[in-house]
Amino acid sequence: MTALVIAEHDHGTLKSATLNTVTAAAALGGDVHVLVAGHNAAAAASAAAQIAGVAKVLHADAAALAEGLAENVAAQVIALAPGYSHILFPATAAGKNVAPRVAALLDVGQISDITKVVAADTFERPIYAGNAIATVQSADATKVITVRTTGFDPAAASGGSAAVETVAAAADSGKSSFVGREVTKSDRPELTAAKIIVSGGRALGSNDKFMEVLTPLADKLGAALGASRAAVDAGYAPNDWQVGQTGKIVAPQLYVACGISGAIQHLAGMKDSKVIVAINKDPEAPIFSVADYGLEADLFTAVPELVAAL
Amino acid sequence: MKVLVPVKRVVDYNVKVRVKSDGTGVDIANVKMSMNPFDEIAVEEAVRLKEKGAVTEVIAVSCGVTQCQETLRTAMAIGADRAILVETPADLELQPLAVAKLLKALVDKEGPSLVILGKQAIDDDCNQTGQMLAALTGMPQGTFASKVEVAGDKVSVTREVDGGLETVSLSLPAVVTTDLRLNEPRYVTLPNIMKAKKKPLDIVKPADLGVDVAPRIKTLKVGEPPKRGAGVKVPDVATLVTKLKTEAKVI
Repeated sequence: MTALVIAEHDHGTLKSATLNTVTAAAALGGDVHVLVAGHNAAAAASAAAQIAGVAKVLHADAAALAEGLAENVAAQVIALAPGYSHILFPATAAGKNVAPRVAALLDVGQISDITKVVAADTFERPIYAGNAIATVQSADATKVITVRTTGFDPAAASGGSAAVETVAAAADSGKSSFVGREVTKSDRPELTAAKIIVSGGRALGSNDKFMEVLTPLADKLGAALGASRAAVDAGYAPNDWQVGQTGKIVAPQLYVACGISGAIQHLAGMKDSKVIVAINKDPEAPIFSVADYGLEADLFTAVPELVAAL
Repeated sequence: MKVLVPVKRVVDYNVKVRVKSDGTGVDIANVKMSMNPFDEIAVEEAVRLKEKGAVTEVIAVSCGVTQCQETLRTAMAIGADRAILVETPADLELQPLAVAKLLKALVDKEGPSLVILGKQAIDDDCNQTGQMLAALTGMPQGTFASKVEVAGDKVSVTREVDGGLETVSLSLPAVVTTDLRLNEPRYVTLPNIMKAKKKPLDIVKPADLGVDVAPRIKTLKVGEPPKRGAGVKVPDVATLVTKLKTEAKVI
């Protein structure tokens, strides 16, 4: 029984989600191999070889793999699939894009967003926006899985000494091409990996206010900034800051929700945080039902006070 | 060109579901059901493409119990031209792979140039069906779309990814799955609801399409998520800071 983890990387370095996925793969009890598919990604491959617990790194290098197009990456994984009992992807935008394509090509069901490995064929996963936890069992020969990264600790990024083996790259499908990318610039920690998150909702009122009120607090705490769907839809914050069922799933040490009412879709994205603080002037806001510390106050006065007190 | 839009009937997004005490599932008897919100966005996008003249016919499809006809009528009230229900027994758990196979059979029959699905259903939270359909039909995929532009034999899709946005160009026929920001679905009006009742709705069975819909993944148990301990309300910012420093020790 050997598990293959599909690494997420930017060619030079590995994304931290890969480390959480390796931990989930190791919990299955067999060997763990990592596939680094990309273009000029030798640095990412050697970083993968350092991860504690990884037995082998497979490195596929081709221009067609440069931008992670689902058609080409899936073909690459399929070419390697016969040797593996489990194929694991982090449940990130990239992993969710490719994993089901791989599963369908193998004619197996796919298991999304696992939060726990019960046995090599049995897993726990949240359903209905995290309002229920299903324990599911797969009878398929190959298990294709996406791993909720906040459900597993990251594997140590050093201490391993796996061999890097070059594998033949899959051909370009010719059906899709990469046009361009608009990256949201940020000097802050990555949302899904941050220890502290300061998050804002519709109550902020505008993009200017959002930044003016929350940035000093985030700076003071070394925190990432997040947002509710309402704030994102209103244009106060970029899309990829959205925390919730259909945005990012986060589980930081401290989550500070400012002016967020706490709809179930939002709670689904943050209720596994260690400590939740809610600042809201509505005493009936559902966010207070999950908050460890609730402060009933106007955020426009409370947040600056908080910054001053820290 | 034709567009196929698969829609799912799910528990309404405002309903807080309850886990059944025997651990067999979630209690969905007598709760409000509606169209999966991402699928509404998919129907809206297909109808807008038709209004722009890029599309000639919009076909809505649903797989599931008889009551899915209501969901299809809603899709037709938004503007779909006709509908197909793949009717399955109430006690069957339809999983994404089975739905993707049913949809592939319909794609083979209808020959759409574009299939637009929601990115995920808010009940099983799988986020798989579109990608699986693309794999089975050999089509390219544009998932988590926030912008879709058809030009000639290509479709350009702007996708919401973790670091921001990314644009890909796909050869038609292609599969697109919708993200929240793609559009704002219109409200259905009463006259359109009445008109939708007259639009054609075909009913087929999985066996007619030659598809085995047996579930591949077995649900052993459905339980409550772990409860959080009751929190406290603090009177002021100073107390909050003290508690975070000394009690929670997170700052």
